[in-house]
Amino acid sequence: MRGIGWASLNQERIVLGLAVLLFAAAAVGLPGFLAPDNLIAIVRSVSVLGILAFGMAIVIIGRGIDLSMVAIMAMSVAWYLQLLNGGMSDGPAFLLVLAGVVGIGVLNGVLVAYADVPAIFVTLASGSFVFGYVRSQLITQDAVALPQGHWIELFGGVRYLDIPVEVFVFAALAVLTFLFLRFTKWGRYVYYAGDNPMAARNIGMPVRPMQVLRYVLSALIAFIAGLLTAASLHSINTRIVNSNLLYDIVLVAVIGGIGLSGGRGGVRNVLVGAALIGILLNAMTIIDIPTLYQNLIKAAILLSAIVIDGILNPRDEQTAQQGDI
Amino acid sequence: MSFRERWQAWRYNRIPSHLIGEILTKRWTDNAIPFLALVVTLAIFGSAISGFFKPAALQASSRQLGEFSLVVTGVTVVMLGGGIDLSVGAIFGLACFSAVFVFFIMEQSIWLALAASLATGLVFGAVNGYLVGYLKLRAFLTTLVTLIFGRALFDILVTAYAAQVQLSDAESPILDYIGDGTFLGLAISVWLAVVFAVVTHIALTRSRPGWHVLAVGGSRRSAHNAGIRVGSTVFFTYVFSGLCSALGGFLIACRLSGAGPGTGQNLEIMALTAAVVGGVSLGGGRGSVVKGIMGAIIVLVMTNGLIRLGYGTGTTQMVLGLMLAAAVTIDIRWLKNRHKVLNEVYVAPVYLKMGEAQSAEPDSGTPYELDNRLSAAEHIGLGELEGPEDVILDRDDHLYCGTRHGEIVRFFAPDYKRSEVFAHVGGFPLGLAFDRDGNLISCVGAMGLYSISPERKVTKLSAETARSLTSVVDDARLRDPNDCDIAPDGRIYFTDSTKRYDAHDWTLDSIENRPTGRLLVYDPKDGSTRTLLDGYRYTNGVCMAHDGKSLFFAESWACRVHRYWLEGPKAGTAECVIKDMPGYPDNINRASDGGYWMAWLGMRTPSFDLSLRHPGMRKRMTRRLPQDDWLFPNINTGGVVKFDESGRILDTLGDLSGEAHPMVTSMREHKGYLFVGGILNNRIGRFRIAGADENWTSPASYWGGAK
Repeated sequence: MRGIGWASLNQERIVLGLAVLLFAAAAVGLPGFLAPDNLIAIVRSVSVLGILAFGMAIVIIGRGIDLSMVAIMAMSVAWYLQLLNGGMSDGPAFLLVLAGVVGIGVLNGVLVAYADVPAIFVTLASGSFVFGYVRSQLITQDAVALPQGHWIELFGGVRYLDIPVEVFVFAALAVLTFLFLRFTKWGRYVYYAGDNPMAARNIGMPVRPMQVLRYVLSALIAFIAGLLTAASLHSINTRIVNSNLLYDIVLVAVIGGIGLSGGRGGVRNVLVGAALIGILLNAMTIIDIPTLYQNLIKAAILLSAIVIDGILNPRDEQTAQQGDI
Repeated sequence: MSFRERWQAWRYNRIPSHLIGEILTKRWTDNAIPFLALVVTLAIFGSAISGFFKPAALQASSRQLGEFSLVVTGVTVVMLGGGIDLSVGAIFGLACFSAVFVFFIMEQSIWLALAASLATGLVFGAVNGYLVGYLKLRAFLTTLVTLIFGRALFDILVTAYAAQVQLSDAESPILDYIGDGTFLGLAISVWLAVVFAVVTHIALTRSRPGWHVLAVGGSRRSAHNAGIRVGSTVFFTYVFSGLCSALGGFLIACRLSGAGPGTGQNLEIMALTAAVVGGVSLGGGRGSVVKGIMGAIIVLVMTNGLIRLGYGTGTTQMVLGLMLAAAVTIDIRWLKNRHKVLNEVYVAPVYLKMGEAQSAEPDSGTPYELDNRLSAAEHIGLGELEGPEDVILDRDDHLYCGTRHGEIVRFFAPDYKRSEVFAHVGGFPLGLAFDRDGNLISCVGAMGLYSISPERKVTKLSAETARSLTSVVDDARLRDPNDCDIAPDGRIYFTDSTKRYDAHDWTLDSIENRPTGRLLVYDPKDGSTRTLLDGYRYTNGVCMAHDGKSLFFAESWACRVHRYWLEGPKAGTAECVIKDMPGYPDNINRASDGGYWMAWLGMRTPSFDLSLRHPGMRKRMTRRLPQDDWLFPNINTGGVVKFDESGRILDTLGDLSGEAHPMVTSMREHKGYLFVGGILNNRIGRFRIAGADENWTSPASYWGGAK
């Protein structure tokens, strides 16, 4: 699958090479880049993005895509905080929101798996719906603040060896996702169904229920990412739904070499993608490039990465899949 | 007749339930759902918002609609080509900024601003097109990245130049006119959108490049294998989309006289929703510009309507999400299940009570009694032939037949051991006839009436007749031209067996039993084709009478033979001359003794005759049983029947062994021999007719001795 002779320069290696080059260049050229604090900041800056990318990766490997993740992440937590601010006790509120999150995941999955609707459209629609419904019906303002002294706030303040808690959650989820994809039966199904859904179905795998499961997982991971965001910022701003974050997630997952056609890639690819983005953002921040230009540079680098991949691994008309966009 | 039969006859013969299936075969039914959605949307918002349809209000929203429709037209073309363009919002914004920059900051003419806008769209579209078309990158990912890139660039530029634009005092009446003026009561942007939509529609449906786009979207691999340059076709769809978005951006620049940070934001999702809500399929090949425009109107009316109704932030997205999900789900389910629904409802059997037939059993003593004489026929081309439906001999005694592979095969006299492909026509050549000049005329199944000259030049004579006014399916097209014969004046009389099924689906037609067979005439003088008779149950063989003043034609599923008069007091009318035969008649040809040979393609069975009186049962059968389990006419036994001018049966030949000629679809007498063909057979039989004139040949007796 990877490293077949002349094509050994695949996307993952290119991106890894770029990341290493950038890291080296930054280490040499930028004062304070190699400081432990800065290295931690790099990881911290990409932890939420990386966590979201794990969920996205699981879905993409199973030949799907989840464009509703950012909406679920922001709106579930916003609703949760609104319920808490409205005086609901913690347990029922959490369970209610959790049920909502799982419900949206199931809805996505059922429409994709059982109604055969393309995942791009289902999740684009459900993301739009989730944002619109929660924003217009359930919450009153764009930003919802965390109630004073709530456990999420305390959780966000946890440090171990000066390393913030997000990094640990990121690492833990990386390990969990890795174990799920590599060593569990359901995790292996993700690859088989992503590589060839018809064949997987023909040999008796529960392809459709597994598809639903993947969308539920990605919704849950989005919820966790939302809670972490709220933990570090003490509030959640629903305007994040309109930002580039969604595209960043897809790119972190895909830039590391997870094929959008499914069946390929894993946690390592997400980590590679997240490393490139993290180092890039950090280096640019140190050099003091404005955020607007950072977006431009990021986009240019991503563009060159996929162009190089396209040149090195050209698609063939005879083997390309119909309707594969 | 019992009450049940009366009821069945009324229910299945009077209620036109076959129309449901025919309507569902129409491509325009695809448009019905989005059109209905459009009407409902307009009705709801029109009634909920007072003054919604007032000209002033329409004027304001129509400008936005014009810009948006342009973008959607571009996205539609890309989607039809099998791609997706997410960068339209960025191109829209950047093109808007380019125009603003050139006009307000560089203070150049408005036309230069337009050129700058279009150039921006061209460059971005070309980048997208190059990456997706030539480098074959994934459309979704690539345009996502160019979207982010374009948006980032736009944000930088707008932040940097916003103040300067505010301070600029550049003015132009043309800009104001484009932005605020109207032409014949409609905003300029609407005119542009309409022109673009019309031109694009014509290009897509009636030009080679447009067909290439649809072909690539429909099946990329097939298009590639057919020699279409997939790469450049895809490239041009993105360039087109870029230009469309850029024009939209230019228009908004004129309307707002500036570019704000929100220009073009979320436009890609709106355009995508519009295209899909309108019914343009993801993955390509299906959809049209009209659908895209319908979707654009629905989306814009919805979003603007909700804002004007005063719903809070987020409502728009909620409704857009619901709309997108519903539209895609309906579209997918419809696409997926349409042919299933069609299969379920298309076959609409009718009631028919067949007349009692005389027995054809051996030793029954009737003129129809079958014997075993045909089993003694010598075989020609055994194993080489597939499906010689009709056989014919020319003046030089060579033998011709059509095959399943669309070829006319010629066997050389005198022993018919050697053969060659005389001509390749395509389709499935069925009935054959020689005209006065020795041209071979053939009814080609699924294609039409063709002529093959002695020099093997294939010419299409006719593929259509006049369309009847009330038909839903296209009954102008010849679906199953079956047999032909030529009148002394050169006119070619031929049959088209059914209007509702293609040639290979003749079994379905037999089960349905609906009378849609026709007798047609082709006039070589002016090349016209006319329908003479309509409403027969599978018209089949045609044969001119010996005197050339009338013709016989067979009505297979009714087991009848009719005579149609060309001259004389009964000219233009048909009368039934043989009815209630025990077999299903096929081709008819002249015999040396003044009589006629008629082939039986199969034999009636009591079970199938009974099923014809139970149309409901046949409908359930086609719905619920696999095709192999269907009850349909017995074609394992056939025969050759000889009748005279008055329709009296003289003789019946059969092959009871079922080995050589179980099913006979044609026979031709030539110099004392009968040549026998069958559409499902693998040979031609040559059978010695006892006591026949050994010098008689059909061309000589009909057209005269010399050429």
